[in-house]
Amino acid sequence: MSRFILLSPARAALWRRIPASAMLLVLIALACIFGPLFTSHPFDRVYPDYVLAPPSLEPSPNASEARDAVEELAARLGAKIVSMDSTGDSVAAKFSSDRTIDAAALAALPRSDRIGPPRINSSGDGGQNVGLNIPLLRTVFPFGADANGRDLLTRTLIAGRVSLAVGLLASLVALVIGVLYGAIAGYAGGAVDALMMRIVEIIYALPFIFFVIVLVMVFGRHFVLIFIAIGAVEWLDMARIARGQTLALKEKDYVAAARALGASPAAIIRRHILPNASGPIIAYLTLLLPRVILLESFISFLGLGVQEPLASWGVLIADGARNIQGALHLLFFPALFLGATLGALQSFGQYLQAIFADAHVGLESEPR
Amino acid sequence: MSEPPLLEFANLCVSYGGRRIVDEVSFTLARGETAALVGASGSGKSQTALAALRLLPPQVRTSGRVAFEGEDLLSLPERRLNAIRGRRVAMIFQEPMSALDPLFTVGSQIAAVLRLQAGFSRGQALTRAAELLDLVGIDAPKERLSAFPHQLSGGQRQRVSIAMAIACEPDALIADEPTTALDVTVAARILDLLGELRARLGLAMIFISHDLQLVRRLASRVYVMDAGRIVEAGATEAVFCNPQHSATQGLIVAAPSPRARRPDPAPEILRAENLSVAYRRRGGWFAGRSEVKVLDAVTLSLKRGRTLGVVGESGAGKSTLGRAILRLVPASGAICFEGRDIGGLDETGMRPLRRAMQMVFQDPYGALSPRMRIGDIVSEGLLIHEPALSRRARDGRAAQALEEVSIDPARRDRRPREFSGGQRQRIAIARAMILRPRLVVLDEPTSALDRATQMDILRLLRDLQEAHGLAYVLISHDLKTIEAMADDIAVMKNGCIVEQGPAAQILGSPRDPYTRSLMQAAFDTHGGRQDFSSRRC
Repeated sequence: MSRFILLSPARAALWRRIPASAMLLVLIALACIFGPLFTSHPFDRVYPDYVLAPPSLEPSPNASEARDAVEELAARLGAKIVSMDSTGDSVAAKFSSDRTIDAAALAALPRSDRIGPPRINSSGDGGQNVGLNIPLLRTVFPFGADANGRDLLTRTLIAGRVSLAVGLLASLVALVIGVLYGAIAGYAGGAVDALMMRIVEIIYALPFIFFVIVLVMVFGRHFVLIFIAIGAVEWLDMARIARGQTLALKEKDYVAAARALGASPAAIIRRHILPNASGPIIAYLTLLLPRVILLESFISFLGLGVQEPLASWGVLIADGARNIQGALHLLFFPALFLGATLGALQSFGQYLQAIFADAHVGLESEPR
Repeated sequence: MSEPPLLEFANLCVSYGGRRIVDEVSFTLARGETAALVGASGSGKSQTALAALRLLPPQVRTSGRVAFEGEDLLSLPERRLNAIRGRRVAMIFQEPMSALDPLFTVGSQIAAVLRLQAGFSRGQALTRAAELLDLVGIDAPKERLSAFPHQLSGGQRQRVSIAMAIACEPDALIADEPTTALDVTVAARILDLLGELRARLGLAMIFISHDLQLVRRLASRVYVMDAGRIVEAGATEAVFCNPQHSATQGLIVAAPSPRARRPDPAPEILRAENLSVAYRRRGGWFAGRSEVKVLDAVTLSLKRGRTLGVVGESGAGKSTLGRAILRLVPASGAICFEGRDIGGLDETGMRPLRRAMQMVFQDPYGALSPRMRIGDIVSEGLLIHEPALSRRARDGRAAQALEEVSIDPARRDRRPREFSGGQRQRIAIARAMILRPRLVVLDEPTSALDRATQMDILRLLRDLQEAHGLAYVLISHDLKTIEAMADDIAVMKNGCIVEQGPAAQILGSPRDPYTRSLMQAAFDTHGGRQDFSSRRC
């Protein structure tokens, strides 16, 4: 009959709610991990011609941009354009000049992200009139390009890797340290508990940013420092939660029964306390993840975190904020990813909390 | 009989999702009549009462009719319903602590009812509240008005919630297990109070209980519920003397006969001398040390294979005594187990002894870790004391242990929530028995269970005792349980043993006045000890 209680309407509604948040999370994670393989731009490749290019699904360059590029080429050669005819992937153009148009110079000069090295189709007047076939470099910037002309889509996905990795790893660090510390303090009780929790409070009192700055000063900027800094702060809350749970659980009769059986404190914590405390702890973990991601973003926003050309969502958002007047898309897309991830995590965390709250209340009713 | 009924239930059904909790319940309550709804837990009796006052959660579907003076309570608009609910039909709940708001004084809570429902002014309401407290037998009612619920005892709290219920002089009172959470002596006094109020105020009453013998004194008609249906109805004495339905018979199963006196020569297994437990009162680091003595110089002795019954009200220190004997709480004094002083041993020194002394707890829901499989729960002791055992061997032993307590061993990979209260208690017993202990402390092993289940568990415990020569320390507030099991009895009050001796002597001729009041409460409310069997008809 407990099956029945499991499927109360509230619970059924919960089941329908997981896919939305959990699937979104999985989708974002998969996109961040595998997406950069398919975007055709390396995340650190600079396209000087596409600085602050707006987001578009149309391939660049378009017809007028292609013309601009050809005109620029002609100007550099000191040549005049006699005719220009754009055909899909390439431009057929005729240049005329007072001097001979050197094939080597032609190949070297373009230096453009829009056109490739021209091929000479026909040559007349001793190289003063040439017919050129200029290939267009077709690329797509779905999210546009940043102030350095880098593809924002690739960068957003690469930044997602960093943000999610920091979030996961720092949360795990906080989980392991915090749960062990809290469970030991709570189970030991008395003076040990008091001492351990005072230590937690002392670390709490350290200003976080001050702590990060000191770390950076001493060890220099390093990716790993972010984990250490965030993990060192976030386990405190986890320790408090684990301790609170332990305090409540150690009064339970099944813990007394285990003591009567002669189980050692370590065995009691492992077998009885941690499994039963896992509900609130996992729920808190899913709420911790977004906080850690936000913290990392904050550190990176201040310029103390991930270094160029690598990026995290925080770095990208800081970038976007600087360009908010000219190029809103620089802020919009990373913020969208960050927001979606945080929202999904939050909703997933609440879902887990509800599940565990249910498991504690609903399942206690007596089966018949 | 020409007068229309005060309250009429007609084909009341309550369903959660697709499951019917209350199924076609129909009965009537005349003005001034007391009816009892009796049934095992989960039989739908409380749901019936809650449905009548529309107090069930919104997703529950009810159908049928509950008419109060001809008006159908189930279809009345909320405003009309509120004029009846609390004012004309009042309710008392089982748990006196959770029925009162801990943040307000009892005076203001009673006054709030009066001001809201009867339109009293503030001063009037407080005066009336004091009168009501006096009426429900609380001494110094004026002073008690400013007391918070936690400053009152359980019985006093239940009196306060009765005072709130009768504040507006209702015509009908629904009492949902009003004495189940209370000690026997207190419960007896609350029952007396309800009987007195009924006579004085002309209340009609629906008394809900799982204990048929309890309602015998109060109710004129009894409706026995089982699985949501009324399976038997009739005048109390008729139902009591001639129960037809098996559910009814289950509710009035006789306690196992008192234990026959056994010849004495058995070696002593446990002896405790001057056992004391004191808790330091919390007062911060700089507050002076003050101690609360929970257990005060208790001396007792137990022989191999025998049962020592420890009886007393809640708060008397019974459970602390049980835990102190097993050295689960720090205690001073000497404990000799099988001739060896274990008082000074530390946790490591105790470990090898732990397998010889086990414990079974009161609450079968709290005593099993909800996230473990019952096979693992039962075999945890083997993991500690026989670490060399292979996983398969442990599993086999767990199956054996479960079989011994009549739990299907095939279900050993299930979790505790799939078992009923009685089954869980059996699992807890199996966990204690798997190590083949010689001493088991049973801390209220049956008090959270239905009457019929209680008897099954007691029988199981007796069988196990006989089969393995176990010594029991049986802690209970229920003298009947003690009577069925104990060779010797110790009566506790306020941390001390007030009377101790062979069971027959204590039960036959109690000397201490406290023992006598316990006896009276236990056997009087249950129909009298001596005439118990004769009145079965």
